[in-house]
Amino acid sequence: MTTAMPRAATDLSPEQAEARERIYAAPLESLDPAKTDRFPTGEWQWVFERLRAEDPVHLTTEEHSEFGRYWSLTRWADIQAADTNHELFSADGLIALNRPEPVARTTSIFDGRELTEEEVQERQKAGIRSLLSMDPPDHEIHRGAVAEGVAPANLAALEPLIRERAGAILDGLPIGEEFDWVDKVSIELTAMTLATLFDYPQEKRRQLTYWSDVITTQAGPGQPAETQEEHDLAIRDFYMTMAELVGSRRSEEPRIDFMSLMAHSPHSVNFSEAELFGDSVVLLVGGNDTTRNTITGSVYFLSQNPEENAKLRANPKLIPSMVSETIRFQTPLTHMTRRTTRDVEIGGKVIPAGDRVVLWYVSGNRDDAKVQDADSYVVDRKNPRQHLSFGFGIHRCLGNKLAELQLRIIWEEMLVRFPEITVVGEPKRSHGHFVKGYDSMTVVIPRRN
Amino acid sequence: MNVTFTLQDRTSRTVEAEPGWKLMEVAVDNAIPGIDGDCGGEAACATCHVYVASEWRDATGERTDLEQAMLASTFGVRENSRLSCQIETSEELDGLSVEVVGS
Repeated sequence: MTTAMPRAATDLSPEQAEARERIYAAPLESLDPAKTDRFPTGEWQWVFERLRAEDPVHLTTEEHSEFGRYWSLTRWADIQAADTNHELFSADGLIALNRPEPVARTTSIFDGRELTEEEVQERQKAGIRSLLSMDPPDHEIHRGAVAEGVAPANLAALEPLIRERAGAILDGLPIGEEFDWVDKVSIELTAMTLATLFDYPQEKRRQLTYWSDVITTQAGPGQPAETQEEHDLAIRDFYMTMAELVGSRRSEEPRIDFMSLMAHSPHSVNFSEAELFGDSVVLLVGGNDTTRNTITGSVYFLSQNPEENAKLRANPKLIPSMVSETIRFQTPLTHMTRRTTRDVEIGGKVIPAGDRVVLWYVSGNRDDAKVQDADSYVVDRKNPRQHLSFGFGIHRCLGNKLAELQLRIIWEEMLVRFPEITVVGEPKRSHGHFVKGYDSMTVVIPRRN
Repeated sequence: MNVTFTLQDRTSRTVEAEPGWKLMEVAVDNAIPGIDGDCGGEAACATCHVYVASEWRDATGERTDLEQAMLASTFGVRENSRLSCQIETSEELDGLSVEVVGS
């Protein structure tokens, strides 16, 4: 079936128009939305635009993807339906869409000891064990153990601390010369918050950032870990550090940092190595890339949309709305993965039991059937909080209020200090199909208020 | 019919509501702070969490299954916790009183 290519929703550069044409000309069944190089180039937009219109519940077979066979949900309604049905769509062992058969490790990533053949198989089968990748009742036990760390009552106490740090970071920025916004602001603020949440020494906060970056990427040249050896070493280092923290906090008074909460949970003595590791990773990554990339995204989108920037500067009351719109438009985690527990009919197709299903939040957030003029960045939308970026259902982002808080504070502090921030050239976008973000973005702040 | 929301700052607001609406929609329409309704009323985000006044608990009914699952992973849940998107307004609920939890 050939469908005429619709007019593009927004203005495209010649390269973008060509890429879009190529995607529309490809046989539908060959489309592999998870193809990792689509995200840094921006081509993902047209793959999903086409799928939403022509094949909203889309099957990619083994021959077309390095990730093996999987289904894609691309429309808002289907994504929300799957996300809220944890009985039909199991999260057990799944977060990002993985390659079908990851290399079996014969030694423990946690302590380096030799694994028995049985253990190797068991670990492969289990996938990731964490609060984000468990079904009830385990899910409630693991989420419940740490949830208080970001409970609204505790966030109120964090606000002045975050504000003080945001102010200090912004006051230290150079004026009239180029610098990397990602490194100097986005990473700095989120790393400080993360260190507080883990009650980890502030002077070692960049270690948390490094571990998170290694865990969410494959080893390779130009990546956070250049070799597999470095990659494994970092993971082991992270695990040992977390295990030690939990161990030492068991003998201390309970506090509200994640490691203390985990240590004092009545269930945590029964958590396996893999579970302690999985929960720590989810808390680490969940609090790192997501907020960092949304902070960078907000500066980028406002520089690309001068009218929206003018609206915000004329009316700072729009900050919370702009923050929600940025979270939608950025969608810092593109998807979550589930597995069907039975044959499921969805969007007119039947997904067989046991298949992997990818919930593409990044596509649902651009679904015109739900969000008016979804490809445009608009800071004063009617319902800015209606977006899929936090997910819906029992796995909805635990730290969503903390994310919004950090974004709101940094912008409140920016608006009083800087009349403009100029983005120089294009940001360098991150590689990969899961974390959608920026490795670096050069900016200049011409002057202070 | 009227509904009274007790806000997080302990003040209260009484608003008029058409029967047949979701209580969350009534709150959002009247800009009640602390009720966001992000998921659009599907019991999927818990941003419309309220405590139902004791005398109204029977009339507002039981939690649905999905609502129960969401509340199991929500902050500040009490016995009288409900997601207000799962309560439909009706003449029988005239005078309903709930406390906004905030999320």
